[in-house]
Amino acid sequence: MNSNNSEKLSILKQILSKYGIALILVGMIIIMTILKPESFPSGKNILNILNQSAIVGIMALGMTLVIISKGIDLSVGSVLALAGVVAASLSQIPEASIKVFENLGPQPIVIAIMAAVAVGTLAGAISGGLIAFTGIPAFISTLGMMTVARGVVFLYTKGQPVSKLSDGMLFFGSNVFGVIPVPVIVYAIMIIITAILLGYTRFGKSAYAIGGNINAAEVSGIKVKRNIVLIYIFAGATAGLASILFTGRVASVHPGAAAGYELTVIAATTIGGTSHSGGIGTVWGAVVGTLILSVLTNGFTLLGIDPYWQQIVQGMIIVGAVVLDMRKNAKKA
Amino acid sequence: MSENEYILEATNIVKKFPGVHALKGVDLKVKKGEILGLVGENGAGKSTLMKCIIGIHPPTSGEIKFDNIQLNKFSTSDALNMGISMIQQELSPIEFRPIMENIWLGREPKNKAGLVDHKQMFKMTKELLSTIGMDDDPKMLVKDLTVAKQQMIEIAKAISYDAKLIIMDEPTSALSGNEIAELFSIMRKIKEEGKSIIYISHKLDEIYEITDRVVVLRDGEYIGSKDIDKIEVNKMIEMMVGREITELFPKVKCEICDVKMKVVGLSSGKKFQDISFDVRKGEILGVAGLVGSGRTDLIETIFGMRKSTAGKVFIDGKEVEIKSPADAIANGMAFLTEDRRLNGIFPMLSVKINIIVANMNHLINKAGLLSTKMVNKKSLEYIKAIQIKTPSPEQMVMNLSGGNQQKVLVGRWLMTNPEILFLDEPTRGIDVGTKAEIHRLITELAGQGKSIVMVSSELPEILGMSDRVIVLCQGRLTGVLENNDELTQEIVMQYATKTMS
Repeated sequence: MNSNNSEKLSILKQILSKYGIALILVGMIIIMTILKPESFPSGKNILNILNQSAIVGIMALGMTLVIISKGIDLSVGSVLALAGVVAASLSQIPEASIKVFENLGPQPIVIAIMAAVAVGTLAGAISGGLIAFTGIPAFISTLGMMTVARGVVFLYTKGQPVSKLSDGMLFFGSNVFGVIPVPVIVYAIMIIITAILLGYTRFGKSAYAIGGNINAAEVSGIKVKRNIVLIYIFAGATAGLASILFTGRVASVHPGAAAGYELTVIAATTIGGTSHSGGIGTVWGAVVGTLILSVLTNGFTLLGIDPYWQQIVQGMIIVGAVVLDMRKNAKKA
Repeated sequence: MSENEYILEATNIVKKFPGVHALKGVDLKVKKGEILGLVGENGAGKSTLMKCIIGIHPPTSGEIKFDNIQLNKFSTSDALNMGISMIQQELSPIEFRPIMENIWLGREPKNKAGLVDHKQMFKMTKELLSTIGMDDDPKMLVKDLTVAKQQMIEIAKAISYDAKLIIMDEPTSALSGNEIAELFSIMRKIKEEGKSIIYISHKLDEIYEITDRVVVLRDGEYIGSKDIDKIEVNKMIEMMVGREITELFPKVKCEICDVKMKVVGLSSGKKFQDISFDVRKGEILGVAGLVGSGRTDLIETIFGMRKSTAGKVFIDGKEVEIKSPADAIANGMAFLTEDRRLNGIFPMLSVKINIIVANMNHLINKAGLLSTKMVNKKSLEYIKAIQIKTPSPEQMVMNLSGGNQQKVLVGRWLMTNPEILFLDEPTRGIDVGTKAEIHRLITELAGQGKSIVMVSSELPEILGMSDRVIVLCQGRLTGVLENNDELTQEIVMQYATKTMS
């Protein structure tokens, strides 16, 4: 190979490694636009994709902080379900035949939102506290929380779905603000909040430091334990907030709801380039990773491809994204 | 004395780790505006003492007074706030974050909105770096810097705390001549400001150049303190190594025959350059040198764990190309690594499996499965031959003593029937009794005509065991010494501290 060629190749490599994940998303969008020029690029479909991204997307923001700090949170799916049934139970209209609280009318939506976020925060505080103060691995702590939270959901609902919800709750699922669906607005606000938190606060810098080199963080005077608890609280809170969008959308929360969501969230975060070896990750990566999964689902539906294929492709993208990232993050010799 | 002239007064510091008595009542006083050199052999307790002072390890007993204030139970962040900062021997950067975030970690400047002010941080970093003669982009990721620059960043960070006392633990190990000169001028500036520095180094010429006074530690004890212009280098070395040699080195004289392995002009990047030596059949070749001199890197390169950038290796007169440990093993080499836990032992597996693991290919029965019968027979054979003290071959290795764990590893490698055996710190952390047994084992192996290359930080071990000694300093071979009666620890130390200019 002559030097000119190899030079070009190395420039190409640099571009690929810098924007690799975003390029994959752009590529997918281009392919879909060519294949389905009428249906895919329409404003309605794009808003639909964003709308579909919001729930997983918001939780992926919390997960990004967790994984940056070299942790994992397996409980977000169950915590979403728990926060969801709590919020729903506070929003049931009197006509509902099965009610969690027999004599309770629908509460103001603000109360339901606060309750959902509080449930998420509490779950996160427990998982994070266990990790920070007993030293057990995040995998174990959050696996425990995942199982316990699901059990509490069944206990709380006596195994029954919580349905017949107030209009205030349903507003968060399906309403639009102008043309933009409410979940998209909530997602956008959370993206901005997380971007500030991660990039412009000591808390965010500490998350990178803890994941990048926990000893260095310690000797630099960072309160490692406190920050770990806060990180899991944030992840729990995102699950709590996402539960409102979820509840509003499905209008009836089944006790088995959102099972397996944690894996989709972890997948979106991982595809977005957040490294499981800690210290590396961005909010934009989490957004792009989520959108890749949404475009994939949307595209397969529009193309009429067997949805089972979607799982296969999704699995390959997860692995491919990590291979790409490991090359990018390799130490310069 | 009216004002207290000491910034730090540590009295009777004792530190016990499980099984190790690291500090046995050490005193250390540092004057204001003084650069104090702290010297001693590896394991003398220098780093442990510093970790007590900076709050990483609380001392078991003893008193620490800093700036006239008694310190009880304090954390690293307390120490930093009081004005003690430290450049650690092991670098601790957060590799995937920019320079500026590494420096100001945990104390990032904030703007009015309470958010991190990146512009201000950039400016502060730029200014700080220029004071130590660096003009790198503060936004560069630390992983993309050379090790020397990473070291300079650590130094910049320590300075930025505006500390009254800066501890520097081997700060020059990765620096070149110019960078060292730069560091020294910074140190003198710090001293002029009335601040103090504790400077730990193995390089005695640096100690003489920069320090005002030295404190010598040995085996966790305070040996003495001397003004630097009142102590000769020989006297200092004697204070450092002057322990009585209580261990037995049962050196068996064995016939030394032909050259088994010859290394010519071997280099590996910046780790070491142009090293040539040979080792004969039945010979024990000691490799001496201080930590960071490239000893381990040299062995790892010969053994195919690192890439060599130049040089050749000959075995029995024929050039061999070794690109991986598998090649090395195929050429009759074996390597007992320095860090048993990291590179050698499978702690949760049985003694039996640990012994046979490198040799499973030879223990296969006709069905292609691992033969339990052969595994049991072979492992028992080695347990007996090298006297591994274990209740049964099924015992988990983590439950054995350090010395017996080491023997398990020796057994593993002996099973591959090597002709050249590399031993890196074969007796580190092993009690005296087992130590002597391992020494006996080593000489027996040499007696059987095997070639032994032994790296050790313990000079008595090097002198007691080796037929010849090669000495490395900063990646270069500084001496090939016959181990006759005239060779002393002082001579070896002189070669090992011979800084190349």
